[in-house]
Amino acid sequence: MTAFLNHFSFEFRTGLRNKTLLLMNYLLPLGFYAMMGLIMTEINPLFLETMIPAMVVFAILVATLLGLPDPLVTAREAGILRSYKINGVPAASILVIPALTTALHVLLVTAIITSTAPVFFDAPLPTDWLGFALTVLATAFACAGLGVLIGVISPSSRTTVLWSQLIFLPSMLLGGMMMPYSLLPAKARKIAQLLPATQAMNAFRGLGQGLAADFSPQGSLAILATSGVLAFALAIYLFNWDRRNSTQRGHPLLALLALLPYAVGVLLLS
Amino acid sequence: MNDSVVRVRGFRKVYGDFVAVDDISFDVQQGEVFGLLGPNGAGKTSTLESLEGLRASDGGSLQVMGIDPSRQSRKLRDVIGVQLQTSGLPDSIRVDEAMRFFCAYHGVAPRYDLLDRLGLAEKRSAQYHQLSTGLQRRLALALAVAHNPPMLFLDEPTAGLDVPSRVELHNLMRELQGAGTTIILATHDMAEAEEMSDRVAILLRGKIAVTGTPLELTATGAGLTKVSVRTEGSSLSDPGVTFPAVSQHVFKDEYAIYFSTDTGPTVSAIIAHVDAREDTLIDLRVERPSLEDRFLEITTAGGAK
Repeated sequence: MTAFLNHFSFEFRTGLRNKTLLLMNYLLPLGFYAMMGLIMTEINPLFLETMIPAMVVFAILVATLLGLPDPLVTAREAGILRSYKINGVPAASILVIPALTTALHVLLVTAIITSTAPVFFDAPLPTDWLGFALTVLATAFACAGLGVLIGVISPSSRTTVLWSQLIFLPSMLLGGMMMPYSLLPAKARKIAQLLPATQAMNAFRGLGQGLAADFSPQGSLAILATSGVLAFALAIYLFNWDRRNSTQRGHPLLALLALLPYAVGVLLLS
Repeated sequence: MNDSVVRVRGFRKVYGDFVAVDDISFDVQQGEVFGLLGPNGAGKTSTLESLEGLRASDGGSLQVMGIDPSRQSRKLRDVIGVQLQTSGLPDSIRVDEAMRFFCAYHGVAPRYDLLDRLGLAEKRSAQYHQLSTGLQRRLALALAVAHNPPMLFLDEPTAGLDVPSRVELHNLMRELQGAGTTIILATHDMAEAEEMSDRVAILLRGKIAVTGTPLELTATGAGLTKVSVRTEGSSLSDPGVTFPAVSQHVFKDEYAIYFSTDTGPTVSAIIAHVDAREDTLIDLRVERPSLEDRFLEITTAGGAK
């Protein structure tokens, strides 16, 4: 337990000390939130009704998809994971603890956004706090799983960026944060449903904000949770201490299995 | 020093078509400092990292303190300490944090005294990336020994260290050895290997070329012992004077220097000669071939013994 707490405490402080992580965990989400609050609410007043969920989803995507993978890849490349291995740090701790500390940073940002958006921008608060909290946790869990999985399968920092952006950019365009899902063309909706951001926004609408969901919000929650479980399980299975010296347990493309719940969702949820 | 704590039998390590280590066997005894020497690519790091459980063996058997490193890695962690040749710590981890972090995973109290001892007292709040290479290696060593492992692996421990740090490290190694710690030392520094090791093995192209104590190794080489003599008079300057077992001699800086294949008879004859000529001996030095000389001889010849 002491080891876990020490590791957790170190990782949490790293999220504040490391300039890149500070940017991903706080500066970018909060800066973007301030900018959207000042500009988007003037351009599109409808944005206000989902402003809090949209900014929370953005914060989660940035912290997990952009912030989590690279330190893992860098640690492997720099031999840090070898140091961990010879000192008995379990693989599960290496994967789970950064995800937990990132989730804690995300929760802090969520608290800042939720408490200030009504004051500064007249954004409506969630109507169902339990549904809101469950959706935050499920989204953070699913995205942290994907972030860790990307870190595990990426052979280099460059590839990490590619994999992360493959999810992040479509999420920004189609995930329902900037433009409601209901306004998307039918084909784009199917693609959008493959993204965690879309499922998260749908769950927020139906379970947190008291708005009409575009499809089953409980289904979205289930997809996020299942995807998170799969992503973490695959990350632990595919984990390598040192890419040069270890044999790969499975092909990196196995990681795509983490997106299976979203594909099933496309078929079942409408 | 009778119990074998490391047993290597027919160990083999292969990378694709390249055989890095080819059927080597050796033992390391309890409380011994065992030097693993060899040129780059000889197979030292492959051997060490396989013993540390970081690489899988491709043949033969390995045992460290009765533990199979590839199968019982969790058990191995508590009995070995490792200073890797290329290991890092997270850039932002502080020195005292690193000590707490690793000690917590080993289930022991943090050893801040080691930080003080290794000259890191003033750097306890510094982040890893702020430390010089030498300080990073000192920290790595402090972390390797913090849980008092009975078996220690040091891979190039003094690379990048200044002279006082090297001396402190060597003192620490002696202290640990005195307390019964077994040390496997891989180094390119022949003077260090000669000074610190009880026994050494020289690896060459994946095979053990020679093994023994530094004294045995230097004695078995073809190297000549250098006998330097300075006298008050000129008893040695006569070109006709010869001594047994001397293959060549020169005069330099008031010294007569003889290269001998058999030191004892040469020195005895020199002293007798100086005495017979009623001359006075001012200085006499006998320098046996160093381990470095022997190492160069073996690696240049390229053959295994």
